[in-house]
Amino acid sequence: MTPAREAASLTLRALSKRFGAQLAVSEVDLHVEPGEMIVLLGPSGCGKTTTLRMIAGFLAASSGDIMLDGTSILGLPAHARDMGIVFQSYALFPHLTVARNVRFGLEMRRVAAAAAAARVDEMLRLVKLESFADRSPRSLSGGQQQRVALARALAIHPRLLLLDEPLSNLDAALRQEMAREIRILQRDGGITAIIVTHDQGEAMAMADRLVVMRDGRVEQIGRQEDLYERPATPFVAGFIGQSNLLRGTLEGGTQLLAEAGERVALAGRYGHDGRACLAVRPESIRVAVHGDADARAAGTVKLCSYLGAVLEHVVRLDSGLDVIVRGPGLGPDAARRWTPGERVSLTWNAAAERVFDDRDRPAPACNDPAIIAGGNQEWTQTR
Amino acid sequence: MRFETFARLGVRALIACGLLVIFVPLLLTLYLSVFDEKLILFPPRGYTLSWYAAIIPNFGGAVAITVELAAASVVGSLLLGVPAGIALSRHRFRGAGVLGALLLAPLTVPGIALGLAIYLFLVLIEIQTALPLTGSLPGLILAHLLITTPWVVRLSLASLTNHDRSAEEAATSLGARPLTVIWRVTLPAMRQGIIAAGLFAFIFSFSNLEMALFLVAPGMTTLPVAVLEYLEYHIDPLVAAVAVAQMVLVGAVLLALDRFVRLGQVVVR
Repeated sequence: MTPAREAASLTLRALSKRFGAQLAVSEVDLHVEPGEMIVLLGPSGCGKTTTLRMIAGFLAASSGDIMLDGTSILGLPAHARDMGIVFQSYALFPHLTVARNVRFGLEMRRVAAAAAAARVDEMLRLVKLESFADRSPRSLSGGQQQRVALARALAIHPRLLLLDEPLSNLDAALRQEMAREIRILQRDGGITAIIVTHDQGEAMAMADRLVVMRDGRVEQIGRQEDLYERPATPFVAGFIGQSNLLRGTLEGGTQLLAEAGERVALAGRYGHDGRACLAVRPESIRVAVHGDADARAAGTVKLCSYLGAVLEHVVRLDSGLDVIVRGPGLGPDAARRWTPGERVSLTWNAAAERVFDDRDRPAPACNDPAIIAGGNQEWTQTR
Repeated sequence: MRFETFARLGVRALIACGLLVIFVPLLLTLYLSVFDEKLILFPPRGYTLSWYAAIIPNFGGAVAITVELAAASVVGSLLLGVPAGIALSRHRFRGAGVLGALLLAPLTVPGIALGLAIYLFLVLIEIQTALPLTGSLPGLILAHLLITTPWVVRLSLASLTNHDRSAEEAATSLGARPLTVIWRVTLPAMRQGIIAAGLFAFIFSFSNLEMALFLVAPGMTTLPVAVLEYLEYHIDPLVAAVAVAQMVLVGAVLLALDRFVRLGQVVVR
């Protein structure tokens, strides 16, 4: 039996990766506690996979440091880093049986045959694949293959478990189940783990803390509630959960003149003027009768979709911008259903409103959250 | 509608013609090989299998040398070509394109020119170093490697195009050193391509005539050359019997291999 190892801590210090002229990862700082599960989250090309591959040792860092338990591992080749990796494509060895796949890392470590066999049995039991030991990986379903990959990575008692988009190749139903399973295995084993994903639902479900990345930089690090309730940038506001983003100019600290021409009466009062970006979550907005005293903006209902627990309205502002509003669909608090075509007001309260400084940003082409430039500082309310 | 029927008939006729062109010579060879005649005469007096019995006494030595040569070029070209294929498929190093082109260049030179050139080259070396290279087995092997290695490289490259590199990274992360990764993960993934490559090398070496013409010597003659020399003085069914025996041998190897690897897949890819 290979002895179990204490979970390791991981520290990235100003980690950067340059491909030619392009900076793929820029000055990433991160500390991961032993036993913690961190999710690197961001759109494709944000540098999350590059970061993971540097930690694994498949890519050399251009500058900065990677430390395990305080010791730099930059000098260690990938095969000496003791990391279990689960790949998006499973990356099982097709010519070996399931049991031989799981055993591979133990053979590399020259673990005695009896101990290796016991460990393989233990791992296969853990992922509930005991009866598949002698099967070929090819004959297994996607979910089963992913379990084998997980068992293979965990069999070596890795100092760090790295998962690269582990759920992307699974169908939706299996994804949630697998996410829970990975989370439970990781927590029970007390393993320090890093997951890369572009799916914020997956990320929220699995992480102790999330690292939101964009264009090679860290936008924000925090727990789910930090990112959701206090997004640091409009990008995070749009990427974690959904946000209606409205860019424009603050006037008198209380009004936002949106680029499209809309005038929005803000709920809070801000001590600045100038270019700003307003973010309001769909579930924080309420649709009210036209001319409501608390009206922030006016528009016309375009769509009303009943989604079970959620009732979703799309309201088109007079300037043509679409605002998504979500309310409870069931129960005593169920939101009123509006008919497409009705004139309505939109209201929200000051706590739901976030206004970001946008003064150093060029005017964006549109309000798609995925392409909004970030790094903005949030403006605080003065009242 | 009538045109389509016509077109379909046309296609079938073409297929039939193609099959005829392929199989008539083979069947004719088979037919000739059992003629009980000293010369090839129609119609034969009778039929006999005695020509097959005469193969070993007449060509035994050449067969042994040819098998030896073919085996050596299989082993040699795999040892050279497989690593080259792996390297070319994964590393974008300076000159990879040039190297790739150079590796394929021998395929574009006519065999007869290549044979002559190699002969002159060997003579030159022999004069300089007094190594007996012309008309020797090593000389023949080197010449054949020149042709079989590009095939091996090509097939190795092809067998790696669909290969998932992350399996190699997985092995690395599990503690496998680079050479162990190649031995335990890459080569098993290339198995089909390697078998096909070895097979091509064998068949090429076994049947090459043009290059061998310049490189053989008395007592060091390959089967195709021996058959040609025999034909200069005799026209009897023995040569047909040799051809049939050779076809049966190669066919048997192909069939046996097809049971282990789906050759069609490898070759088409």
